Amino acid sequence: MRKVKNLLAGVVLLAAATPAYAAEELVVDLSSSVVEITAGFVGSELLLFGATDGEGDVVVIVRGPLRDEIVRRKERVAGIWVNRDELVFTGVPAFYAVASNRPMEEFLPEAVAAKNWIGLENLLLLPHWKQPYAEDYDSFRAALIRNKQRQGLYSLQPGNVIFLSSRLFRTKIRFPTTVSVGTYGVDVYLVRDGNIVTVDTTLLNVRKVGFEAGVFDFAHRHSLAYGVLAIFIAAVAGWLASVMFRKS
Amino acid sequence: MQIYLPIAEMSVNVFLILGMGGGVGFLSGLFGVGGGFLMTPLLIFIGIPPAVAVATEANQIVASSVSGVLAHWRRANVDVKMGLTLLAGGIVGSSFGVWLFTILRGLGQIDLVIKLSYVVFLSVIGVLMLSESARALMRVKRQIRRKRHYHYWIHGLPLKMRFRRSRLYISALLPIGIGFLVGVLSAIMGVGGGFVMVPAMIYLLGMPTVVVVGTSLFQIIFVTANVTILQAVHNQTVDVVLALILLTGGVIGAQIGARASGRLQGEHLRGLLGLMVIAVCAKLTYDLVITPLDLFFLGGVVAN
Repeated sequence: MRKVKNLLAGVVLLAAATPAYAAEELVVDLSSSVVEITAGFVGSELLLFGATDGEGDVVVIVRGPLRDEIVRRKERVAGIWVNRDELVFTGVPAFYAVASNRPMEEFLPEAVAAKNWIGLENLLLLPHWKQPYAEDYDSFRAALIRNKQRQGLYSLQPGNVIFLSSRLFRTKIRFPTTVSVGTYGVDVYLVRDGNIVTVDTTLLNVRKVGFEAGVFDFAHRHSLAYGVLAIFIAAVAGWLASVMFRKS
Repeated sequence: MQIYLPIAEMSVNVFLILGMGGGVGFLSGLFGVGGGFLMTPLLIFIGIPPAVAVATEANQIVASSVSGVLAHWRRANVDVKMGLTLLAGGIVGSSFGVWLFTILRGLGQIDLVIKLSYVVFLSVIGVLMLSESARALMRVKRQIRRKRHYHYWIHGLPLKMRFRRSRLYISALLPIGIGFLVGVLSAIMGVGGGFVMVPAMIYLLGMPTVVVVGTSLFQIIFVTANVTILQAVHNQTVDVVLALILLTGGVIGAQIGARASGRLQGEHLRGLLGLMVIAVCAKLTYDLVITPLDLFFLGGVVAN
């Protein structure tokens, strides 16, 4: 918390200093540039602070690492719901959160938003090049976004950017427990008169640390040794239990 | 208290998992059943990915079988030669099962296959348990004198072997075949397979009841160990943190269960266990049949 206060103080100072030099149109900082997934991880929240050089609207977009994602459609076969069609999307951000100080349609023309891939409907989601042409691409795309929203990984939060004064703003970025590890990009757009004046990009890192990270790495890098160790632990535990049984 | 499971990549309540381990451990101590066939569906119900539930449960069964077999070993109730013959089939079967598992996972059908296998086996077991306990409660005592064992044509297949401890001289192909089938089940369902193995040993092989459980446990250790290693190598779905919490609860539960078994009325409890199995089976069936909230869902990350 103290760190946040210092940060806030720093931003206030900066904001106070900017008019004199008019050097920066937008200054942004995060309460932490790392999200650590530990044994007790229950999700995380980061604070983002920023200052503008004058009036304007702010859009904050957090993008997770890109990857391929399969969307499957269930169909009823003999009374049971079975996975049938599937579509693989490529370059799908694992996380995508859009926050703004008021609904975007009030200050950002659709054409500008589309050009800059801002907003869930403008998210660039392409079918994998190996896929045959899918005629119901749109319903799969909508399903991808809908599912991600339900998991708390994609979000649209108009009003979540709060202006503390005319130039000082802050927002909270919330990560659920299912958040993926990797490098995240935080883009802050300053919009004035329907145009994007400037963009500030900050990176943040989501990573597993400590015991959890060790187990995950071990399981993926030395999977044979991991399997052997898992059996060893189980056998010893079973033997211990048997010894305890016998004594009592 | 929440704990983040590194392989399942989700956070769960430690006490819930401990309680589940304890509860299923209690039942296994009470009835001498392995408990894998209850634990895996329960793990799926609380949201653990089925693939992780199956592989992790195989790991936990290694522990419970080791602790179970030692007591039988001390009393010389393990037919090692029979165990190794079953195991020969079991290793091939479980390796085949994991291979099948990996392919089905790639096709996005593994969850369905796991759940369907459970629906089939649980309904059979549940009905058998219920009818057995109902018969006992109605005191229908049918005394049938059995021969020590019947000699079917399958016992006379080639590759005849002598199993001294079991007092049998039968074709080795039969135990190898049984071992193979149970091995496949073990890999796909995350069970030890005792519920199939034990009746098969008694009725199909004609083994004396006293060596059946020890021998079954003996070979289950190695089959589930094989499943654990192969799942770890091919699918990276063994969660040791989850397994450790489960077996801690399981060990304590099994102790209490074993002590309670002397004092409680067996047939009522067997009926109760049968009802529970049916309930789990009904829930799995219901989930497969009702229209899901969203017909589309995300199938996980593509492996290149």
